[in-house]
Amino acid sequence: MTINRRLQLHALPVGTVLLAAFILWYLLAFALNASGVIDRVLAPRGPWTSGDLIYASLNASRPLLPAPHQLMVDIWNSITGWPVTSPRTLLLHTWVTASAALTGFAMGVVLGVLLAICIVHSRTLDKALMPWIVASQTIPVLAIAPIVLIILGSVGITGLLPKATIAMYLCFFPVTIATVQGLRSPQKMEMELVYTYAARRLDTFWMVRLPSSLPYLFPAFRVAIASGLVGTMVAELPTGAQAGLGARLLTGSYYGNTLQIWSALVMASLLGLFLTGLVTLTERLVIRQRKGA
Amino acid sequence: MKTKAIPGTFFVVSAFVLAVLALIQLSLMPHAVPALSANALLLVVTTLLACSTRRLCSTLFAVSLAVSAAWLISLPYHALSTAVLALLAMVSVQRLAQASTPAGAVAALLGLWFILFWQILVTGYAVPQVILPAPIDILAALVDSMSLLAGDLVQTVVKSVLIGYLLGCGLGIGVALLIDRVPFLQRGLLPVASLTSTIPLVGVAPIAVMWFGFDWPSKAAVVILVTFFPALVSTLAGLKASGKLEQELMYCYAATPRQRLLMLRLPAALPFIFSALKVNATLALITAIVAEYFGSPTAGLGFRISTESARMHMPVVWSAILVSSLAGSLIYALLVRLDRRVNFWHPSLRGDAAAK
Amino acid sequence: MYAPTSAVVTLKPTASTARPAIKVNQANVIYPAADQPVHALKDINLTIRQGEFVSFIGPSGCGKTTLLRAIADLEPITSGEVLVNDMTPSEARQAGAYGYVFQAPVLLPWRTVLMNVMLPLQIQGVPPERCDEIAREQLARVGLKGFEKKFPWQLSGGMQQRVSIARALGFEPKILMMDEPFGALDELTRDNLNQQLQQLWFNAQRTMVFVTHSISEAVYLSTKIVVMSPRPGRIVKVIDSPLPAQRTLDIRDTPAFLQLAAEVREALVEGHHDH
Repeated sequence: MTINRRLQLHALPVGTVLLAAFILWYLLAFALNASGVIDRVLAPRGPWTSGDLIYASLNASRPLLPAPHQLMVDIWNSITGWPVTSPRTLLLHTWVTASAALTGFAMGVVLGVLLAICIVHSRTLDKALMPWIVASQTIPVLAIAPIVLIILGSVGITGLLPKATIAMYLCFFPVTIATVQGLRSPQKMEMELVYTYAARRLDTFWMVRLPSSLPYLFPAFRVAIASGLVGTMVAELPTGAQAGLGARLLTGSYYGNTLQIWSALVMASLLGLFLTGLVTLTERLVIRQRKGA
Repeated sequence: MKTKAIPGTFFVVSAFVLAVLALIQLSLMPHAVPALSANALLLVVTTLLACSTRRLCSTLFAVSLAVSAAWLISLPYHALSTAVLALLAMVSVQRLAQASTPAGAVAALLGLWFILFWQILVTGYAVPQVILPAPIDILAALVDSMSLLAGDLVQTVVKSVLIGYLLGCGLGIGVALLIDRVPFLQRGLLPVASLTSTIPLVGVAPIAVMWFGFDWPSKAAVVILVTFFPALVSTLAGLKASGKLEQELMYCYAATPRQRLLMLRLPAALPFIFSALKVNATLALITAIVAEYFGSPTAGLGFRISTESARMHMPVVWSAILVSSLAGSLIYALLVRLDRRVNFWHPSLRGDAAAK
Repeated sequence: MYAPTSAVVTLKPTASTARPAIKVNQANVIYPAADQPVHALKDINLTIRQGEFVSFIGPSGCGKTTLLRAIADLEPITSGEVLVNDMTPSEARQAGAYGYVFQAPVLLPWRTVLMNVMLPLQIQGVPPERCDEIAREQLARVGLKGFEKKFPWQLSGGMQQRVSIARALGFEPKILMMDEPFGALDELTRDNLNQQLQQLWFNAQRTMVFVTHSISEAVYLSTKIVVMSPRPGRIVKVIDSPLPAQRTLDIRDTPAFLQLAAEVREALVEGHHDH
C-alpha cells in the first residue's frame, strides 16, 4: 500500500482512538484529583460549586494526574523558561539522555554486527556463544545498572560512557539475533550459485549475505534503540546522576513534584518516537536505494 | 574439501611453549611452591595429549585438563600457568564443538571455564570486592542470604511479575479478540500500540507508586502496562495470519464467525501469541525489578539490589542478580517448552524435528 | 487402494431425463479495474445434469476457475443467474449441497489427518462419534486407511490431496467441485489419482465439476467437456464424451479417446484464434 493510502486508511481510526484517549484522560484527571483538591483547595475557601471543582481539579498544583493542558504548559515552560545551558531546562536533560542512548546504540550495533559475523562464520563460536547471548537477556541488566555505574565510578569513569555501556548491553542483543538471522537468510540456491563462481568467503559475505540481511536489521534497530533509551534512563537513576530524563523522573518522585514526573515522561516518550523515527527514516533511504537500483 | 589440520594447532603449540617456559621459570625460582611446579608439569603433559585426536588421547586430555584446572584454583596465582590453562581451555571448547554434542554442552563448558578463570583472576589480582567479587564469595553470600532472597523472590516474582504478566498478557489477548470484529478500532489501536513500544513505559513506575502505594500492586500495574501492548499487537497480527485458501475453506463450509475463530484463526495465531508471551516474560521481570528502584517496601529483588549496592555489599547484590536471572531463565524455559507442545505443527518448530 | 463396492451399478443416464444439478443463465462476472473493467466471464449458459462429470478446460485467464468459484459462491456474479440444485449458490453453500476441493490441499497443520477430514462435519454440528465414523470411512475410501493419526506435513503431496478429497466427500454431497486438484503433482501420481477419482465417481454417481488445463485429464475423466477461451472468458464448445462410463488408464490409447482429445484440442485452438 502506498503511503498516502495507508495514511488515509488509518488517519480517522487513529484520530478517533487518540481523541477518545484524550477525553478519557480529562475524565480520569478529574476523578483522581477531585478528592485531593476538595481537601486542600476548596474546603478552606468555603462553599464551592461543581464548576469550581472541575476547574480546580484540572488545574491543581500537585495533581495525581495532570490534565493535558497543564502538562503542555509545564513542558513549554521547562523548555523555554530557562537558558539553554541551565540545568533546569528540559531540553538539556533530553539532550543528555539522547546522546547517551545514541552512543550506546552505535556501540551496540557495532558489537552486535561483529558478534553476528563471528557466529555465522565459526561453528565453535556459534555453539558456544549463542546460548549465552540468549541467556544474557534473562540477566536483568537494568538491575545491574547501579552496580556498573558504581564500579566504573570508583575507577574514575563517569558521565556519558557508563550509561552508554548499559545502553549498549541492551542494544546488542536484538541486533545480534537479527543479524545472525539475516546473514543466514540467503537461500541455499543463492549460496550455491555464488559457490559455483568460486567466490571467497569475503565475497559471499559482501555480495550475498550482507544485502539479504538488511531487511532483518532495521526492525531490530528499532527495538534496540527503544531498549537503549530505557537503559539510559534507568542508568540515570542512582543518585549521583544529576542530568538526564531518568534523573528528572527520580527527583520529581522524591519531591512529590508530579508535574515534573509527567513532563519528563512525556519528553521521554517523544524522544523515543523521534529516535525510532530516525531509524525508520534511515531504513527508507537505504531500502529505497536498493529497490531503485 | 582439504583435510583440515588438527583444530587449534596454534593454541596447542603456544600452550606447549608457554607450559615449558612456566616449568623452567618455576624450577629456577628459589622459593616457588612445589605444587605449582607439579601442576606445570601436568600442564605440559596435557598439551602433549592434546596433539592427538584419538579417542583414548582425547579422554585422557579431558581428564588431565580437568585435574590441572581444579588444582590450579587452590594454588597461588601464577600468570604463565593460567595463560597455558586458558589456551588449553580454548582447545577443549573447539574440540567439543567439532564433535556432535547435544545443544548447550559447548555453551555449558564455556560457562564453566568462564567462572573458573573469573575465580582465578579475581583472587590472583586481588580485585576489590566492590568492583568484582569472586564466584566463591557470591556463592557464599547466596547461601547466607538464602531466606532473605527467597522472600525477595516471592515479593518480586510471584506477586508483581506473575500477576502483572498474566493480567497484562490476558488483557492484551482479550482486547485483541474483542476488537477482532471491529476493523475500525483495529486500524486505530494498532499504530498507537506499536508506537508505545518505543516509549520507556517503565518510567511510569513513580506515578504508579503515587497511585497504588509502595507495595507490589504498583509494580504489578507497571508490568501490566508494559506487557499489554506487545500481547495486543502480536495477537492482532496472529489473527490476520491465516491463509486465504484456509479462510475460503471455512467459508465453503458456511462456518459461523465463532467457529472460524476457534477452529482456524486462533490456532493459526498461537505462534504469534507465544512469541509475544516469551518476550513479555523477560520484559515483565526486568520491569518489576526496575520499578522497585522507585520505591518499594522492605522486600523485593530490585529493592535488595539497590539498597545493598548502596551499602557496597557486592556479593549479596550479585547473588540477587543470579537469583533473578535464574528465575527469568526458568520462566523462559517453561514457556519455550509450552510453545513446543502447542505449536508443534509450525514449520519453524517442525524443522528441528525433521532434521534429527 | 480403496474398498471396492459390491453393488451393481447401472450406466448413468446421459439424456435429458436427469435433473439439472447446476444451471447457469447468462452469467457475467466483471471486475472493476484501473483502466478498463475485466470481463472475466461473458454470457455463460450451461446446464450440468445430475451424475455428469463435467470438465472445464481452457488456457489461463479463460475464466474456468472463475466460473467454478461463481457456482461455489466464492465469487459474486455481476449479472445473470446461477442455480445449484434449484438454490442460489449462497443457499447451496449454507445447506452443504456441494463439496469443494482447492488447488492446494489446504489441510490445517495442527490437526491430524482424521481431524482434518472431520472438520466440515464438526462445523455442521454432527455428533462426535458419528464424525469419527464417517471420517474413517472416507479415508478408507481414498485408500488412506492407517494414516489417521498422522499430520499433514508427514504425508506426500498426493496423499494430502487425497485427504482433501476425503474431507470434501465427508457429508456425502451430491455435487463435488474441484479446481485443478492434481496440478501440483507429478505425472505418475496424477495418473493414479485420476484413476481413483474416476472410479469414485463411477461408484457413487455424484455430479462432478472439474477444472483442468490438461486435455488428457479432461478427456479421461469426463462425460462432458466444456472448452473455454479468454478475453472475455466464454464457452467455445461443449463436447459430450462417447467413452464408456467405466474406464481404466488403458483407454488413453484407444482411437475413440484420441479422437476426442483431438476434437478438444481443435476447439481450444479455435477459441484461441477467435479474437
